[in-house]
Formats: sequence, C-alpha cells, structure tokens
Amino acid sequence: MKYERPTTLKAAAQMLAKEKGKAFILAGGTDLLVRLRTGFIEPDLIVDIKDTAGARSIQKTASGFKIGAAVSGAELGENAALKKAWPGVVEAANLIGSKQVQGRCTMTGNLCNASPAADSVPALVAAGAKAVVVGPKGKRTLAVEDVPAGPGRTSLKKGEIIESLILPKRAPKSGDAYLRFIPRTEMDIAVVGVGVNLTLDGKGIVTKARVALGAVAPTVVLVPAAAKAIIGTKLDKAALDALAAACAAACNPIDDKRGTREFRIKVAGVLARRAARIAYKRAGGK
Amino acid sequence: MSGITVNTKINGDPVEFICEADETLLDVLRNRLGLTGAKEGCSTGDCGACSVTVDGRLTCSCLVLGAEAEGRDIGTIEGMAQGEHLHPLQSKFLEHAALQCGICTPGFLVAAKSLLDKNPDPTETEIRFGLAGNLCRCTGYDKIVRAVQDAAKEMRSAKAKSAKTKTAAKKRA
Repeated sequence: MKYERPTTLKAAAQMLAKEKGKAFILAGGTDLLVRLRTGFIEPDLIVDIKDTAGARSIQKTASGFKIGAAVSGAELGENAALKKAWPGVVEAANLIGSKQVQGRCTMTGNLCNASPAADSVPALVAAGAKAVVVGPKGKRTLAVEDVPAGPGRTSLKKGEIIESLILPKRAPKSGDAYLRFIPRTEMDIAVVGVGVNLTLDGKGIVTKARVALGAVAPTVVLVPAAAKAIIGTKLDKAALDALAAACAAACNPIDDKRGTREFRIKVAGVLARRAARIAYKRAGGK
Repeated sequence: MSGITVNTKINGDPVEFICEADETLLDVLRNRLGLTGAKEGCSTGDCGACSVTVDGRLTCSCLVLGAEAEGRDIGTIEGMAQGEHLHPLQSKFLEHAALQCGICTPGFLVAAKSLLDKNPDPTETEIRFGLAGNLCRCTGYDKIVRAVQDAAKEMRSAKAKSAKTKTAAKKRA
C-alpha cells in the first residue's frame, strides 16, 4: 500500500485516476481506517487530501458557506456563523460518533461513505447543499442527494474527489433541524433520521421547504410530497398530519435488529413533525 | 515495502520515525516509540482506550495513520504528568478509585483533560456525554465521573488562586 499526501486536488485526482489497483481517499479516516483494519478493504493507494488548498477551511461567501472536504465535525460545531445560519446541519454532523470521532470525521466523508443512515446527509439534502467535485476532466457541481447511489456506493467516477460542500445563502426567516432516533443516548447509528429546512413569510406561513429522510431506504431520500404538505401552512395540526403521512409513504426500510420496518415508518412521521416544529421556531415562527 | 519517514512532535519533543503506510499512529506509538500508554481496545474507534490529541484535538490514534503525523503535534498520556508531579485528574482518579484493570484509564484521562481544557466547569451530563467515546468494562462510570468533577473543582480553585496572586503581585509592583 502506498500513502500519498498531495498539496493540490488536481494532483490528487490524477493519482487516483492513474492507479490501476484499489485507491481510496483519506480525509478524517473514521470510516476508511476501520475498513482497512478489519480487512474489509485492501487498498493499493491511499490519497490523503488534508493538505490540499481549502480542505480544512469554512469560508463564508456571497452565495453561502463553502465547507472544505476535510473540515471535522468539531470544527463545524465551533463555527458560530455556520451554526447560526444552519443549526440543523451542524447538529446533525455533531451527532456522529464520540468526541474522539468528532475530532476527525467530516461531512464529505459521511456523504461518500454512502450509508443510508448517515446523520449529516438528510440535513444537507434538506438544506439544498451542493457538492463541488474535482476530477481528471475538471470540475462539476452536483446536488448532495445525487451523490449516494446505494448503500456504500456513490455516483462519483474514478479519480473524482469532492472538494467542498456548498450550503446556500440563507433567506430571512429560515430555519432547519435534524432529529434521529437511536435506542441509546449517544454513540449509535440512526434507526430513522429526519432533516427539515423551511422559510417563512412575514405572517409565519411556510413558503419554501425541503424534507429528507435517512435510514428508511437504500439511500437518503428527499421527499417533495412532505415539503408540499407544509408549504402554505402555519404548521397547524392538519399540515403536520399530512407531513407525517407523506414521510411514512416515502419509507422503504429494512427490518433489522435496530428497528422493524413498521417501527421505522411510524417513527419517520413522528420525527418529521418534531423536526418541522423546531425548524419553524428557529425561523421565527410562533 | 519501503518505509515512510515521518517528522512529528510528541508531547512537545521533536520525533522522527519510519513506518509502513498501513500502520496506525497507535501502532507507531506502541511498537516503534515505546509509548505504551495508549491502549488498543477495539481498533475501530469505539472504545477510546487509544485516545491522543492531534494538534490539540482529541482523537482515537487507531483511526489515524502513522504517516499522517507528519508535521503535526501529538499529545499522549505520557505527557500528562510533569515529572513526578501528577496532573490533578491523575491524582483524583487514584483518590476516587476510578479504575480497576486500568486499560481504559489513559484514554479517559486524555479525554477528560481535553474536556476540561475546553470546559473547566462541566455539568455531570456534559461529562457523561464528553466521555461517551470512552468505554470502561469494570469500574463503571460513576467513580470516573466523580473523579473528573473533583479534579475540575481543584483545577478551578488553583486557577483562581494563581490569578489572585498575579493581581496582588501587580498591585505591589
């Protein structure tokens, strides 16, 4: 196995594209090293991208926030401006693992690991985040929901690397939230996760919304019907009932030791209601 | 396989070592540098027995490659006591009998120090959440939490005392 630490993403992409064996990207390593140590993968090449430009920075730009691929969960949690604009995204990322894992884990890694139960991904999808991808053929941008292709699989091509995640600029009176269910209080994998992001008008009526579910399908899913259920409302009981029903209808979960199919479908609706209420309050609604 | 030469800093001292690409920082610390304070529990980042700091950030050394230590600043349990003088956390762990077999103790101490560096006056809940990445299979957690609370108290009063002395010294000057 070779270990490389290039200083540009272009060089990193070329190394990955040229490698004939199995190549992997290393940022936080909290998934990669576990798979390496348990013999699940046998890499020929590991490309550490932490020294590439911008990999470890959070930039506030005119069009939102640009979060480098190697920014850790702990760094996200310490960024006051990001936390204020996107509290749901930050709380989702901060739910991953322990303090030790937070010191290294990244949202980009969480996305590329492509677990259906990834905590930060429903929040990113609800936020309308974009992934900036650098590859041998140049740059492209894709919606976060288009990155995972199935459990453990992404739509990225050989040599492609996510450089950063872009969170859009916040409209006034907007809020987001992420909730998950786990049987313990900490250090567990989501049985169901729900991200809600919404914008209100001056009267407290929801004008825009995005709702995403985790751990209830092979990939994290964006649920337009759930957003539709609350747009034009003040989140009254009927709207929340319709939201819960739309979320339950979008579930296609597995049955496993952490939760039955029936339980996951029910909990998706329950968490969607609660997350929507939190997002609504954060947006300044009463 | 040719080794990778790595220049790093461990507990403030410059260190150079050679490692293979697939060796973890934990392997390097224990097998190449003789720093056996960090323990290997799970090797999957779940138990926290191998906790160290990298550039001041708490992390599991089993989840870091040795080669990644290049140019970084690593802190291990070996750097916690000042010579014969134990860190208050270490003294309080002894006083409260917050250990039995001791395998998890170095990890708990490194994690607890990292917690108190950021939050000198944590609530019990904050301590329990802050140490959720450290597993203990014999003592249980109550004694550990009490030891951390007691150490935090002592460290706060020591800090207040030294601030007072400094102000008094300034006044005299």
